[in-house]
Amino acid sequence: MGHIRVTGLGKAYKQYPTRWSRLAEWLIPFSPMRHRQHWVLQDVNFEIAPGEAVGIVGVNGAGKSTLLKMITGTTQPTCGQIQLEGRVAALLELGMGFHPDFTGRQNAVMAGQLLGMQVEDIEALMPDIERFAEIGEAIDHPVRTYSSGMQMRLAFSVATARRPDILIVDEALSVGDAYFQHKSFDRIRNFRKAGTTLLIVSHDRSAIQSICDSAILLEAGHVAMHDKPEAVMDYYNALLAEREGQTVRQELLDGGQVRTVSGTGEAGILSVRLLDEHERAIDAAEVGQPVTLEVDVEIRQDIERLVLGFMIKDRLGQAMYGINTHRQNQALEDLRAGERITYRFAFVMGLGKGNYSVALSLSRLDSHLDRNFEWRDYGLVFHVINNRREDFVGCAWLGARTSIIRHADSLVERAP
Amino acid sequence: MLLSLYRSLHDYRGFILGSVKREFQARYRNSLFGALWTVLNPLSMIIVYTVIFSHIMRARLPGVDDGMAYSVYLCAGLLTWGLFSEITLRSQNMFLENANLLKKISFPRLCLPVIVLLNAGINFAIIIGLFLGFLLITGRWPGMALLALAPLLALQVLFCAGLGMILGVLNVFFRDVGQLFAICLQFWFWLTPIVYPLGILPEWVQRLLQLNPLTNLIGSYQNLFLYGQWPVWSSLLPIFVIGLLLCMIGLRLFRRRVGEMVDEL
Repeated sequence: MGHIRVTGLGKAYKQYPTRWSRLAEWLIPFSPMRHRQHWVLQDVNFEIAPGEAVGIVGVNGAGKSTLLKMITGTTQPTCGQIQLEGRVAALLELGMGFHPDFTGRQNAVMAGQLLGMQVEDIEALMPDIERFAEIGEAIDHPVRTYSSGMQMRLAFSVATARRPDILIVDEALSVGDAYFQHKSFDRIRNFRKAGTTLLIVSHDRSAIQSICDSAILLEAGHVAMHDKPEAVMDYYNALLAEREGQTVRQELLDGGQVRTVSGTGEAGILSVRLLDEHERAIDAAEVGQPVTLEVDVEIRQDIERLVLGFMIKDRLGQAMYGINTHRQNQALEDLRAGERITYRFAFVMGLGKGNYSVALSLSRLDSHLDRNFEWRDYGLVFHVINNRREDFVGCAWLGARTSIIRHADSLVERAP
Repeated sequence: MLLSLYRSLHDYRGFILGSVKREFQARYRNSLFGALWTVLNPLSMIIVYTVIFSHIMRARLPGVDDGMAYSVYLCAGLLTWGLFSEITLRSQNMFLENANLLKKISFPRLCLPVIVLLNAGINFAIIIGLFLGFLLITGRWPGMALLALAPLLALQVLFCAGLGMILGVLNVFFRDVGQLFAICLQFWFWLTPIVYPLGILPEWVQRLLQLNPLTNLIGSYQNLFLYGQWPVWSSLLPIFVIGLLLCMIGLRLFRRRVGEMVDEL
């Protein structure tokens, strides 16, 4: 249950030169094809094992939605095959088919019926739906009086009332307030623990990296990459950074990670080091230790402005801390070819135990999307260890100082 | 194939029945009298035809000197024609109207025509119930021949469903079909003996009207309600064959184009 196999999948939309040509093609027997095929997806192959979570990324128009629509079965493929095992639930367009004049409860029943449930099944699930949606008495008011957030809460609760074998999620989760977003994400996580196969389309790096086992990058209707989420997201980011006139290079590091280096190359990173208080290079830092991140940069062509940014990511690729010299009002201007610059960022290691990597970027402005001289993932990998302080949980060290007061009089009052 | 069709529809019976119920409810959701309107509408139609034609205009069927006869004749034709036009007109728009649902949610597409048929069936049941009540009160109860109503209706639904399915699919690709059929329906109505009796026409026109499959069907209804006559089954063979053919073509067209249809919506 929950197995997905996609082989040789392709989707083409027919484009007729005029409205009459379709009629001619239908009516005249043995007539030549009068339409052009516009391929939006071609030769897509992948396999997802039961219980696996896979993210799908790609720029707008890369074919993500078409792929999901074919997997859910609303759109039929032009060629190729999709084999699915188990019950599929899709969170594609939440709140679709809600009738504004009917109450939330009636609409929930209707939405359930659209999923192939019988009234009795839905009635049995209704208490759970109500509890999860948390819209209170509004469940018995017409849906037209709902806010969009309430509609979305109800729709999500109905769609996920039963655990599916395969759950397909399209960015729908970015709707609703932060509280419900967390709640819905928790439910998806629980499904996953219980063995549901997940297919998620999102632009949210942390969402994909925190939940997915692998990611698929779609580019112009083809699978450009199918790998670990970090590697795919790094490559995707690099692709976004500059979509023309630059190279994207990936190399395999000793630890098995894939390092992505991309950029136009007017400036480049020569070395990245982490130094302790005695200026010695280290690859493991103690929690709370003062350290310095030192970056050597070489200018290869004259540039008017240069911003260096770095971001520390945990082993899942989630951002821990990132800053750049633009935001610190220390951007450099009028740089000459051949110049060398040393940047030193001093800070106290406030991270928890674990493995971290540093991504670096050289760009003109705040965002690396404007001009990207160099983008380098895994510029440095280091560990954080904790030998000196009490063992704590989490990825941030806050160094709580504790004082405790026991109120003796509180006991006296309770005595009869 | 038919078995799997049936099974997928059976799985979605909740959706089908729910949709029928909801459509019915939605019509009078925000009204004060509610379901009363579904009865008042056809009732007023029956009253208009009986009062205006039989009493004010004093229209008479040739050879029958009975004021009510023409009213019964008119109702028998108009009510059943109403069923025909409701099914075909609703069917031709069923895919367009539900474009959003079709594009976003995966469910057996065949639910839609079934919902249209059931809805039209309920409306017709109300209206024919009133008409039968009217016949009973005025002492014109057709008697045993009423048993023929069921097979006649089955025949009509077969014909309508097939035609509706073809129109529905074609209308997605060529919107002209909807416009064209609305015009055709006007002509079709007057080329069917509903308002006038077939007998008053010249011989050659009568023979021409025999080409219209609805002529004999509507005629059977009229004879049934007016004279309590059993239908001449052999005269209904053409509409049966045509209905069967239309259903086959409709289903075939549907199965071949259903995928392309979603791309086109």
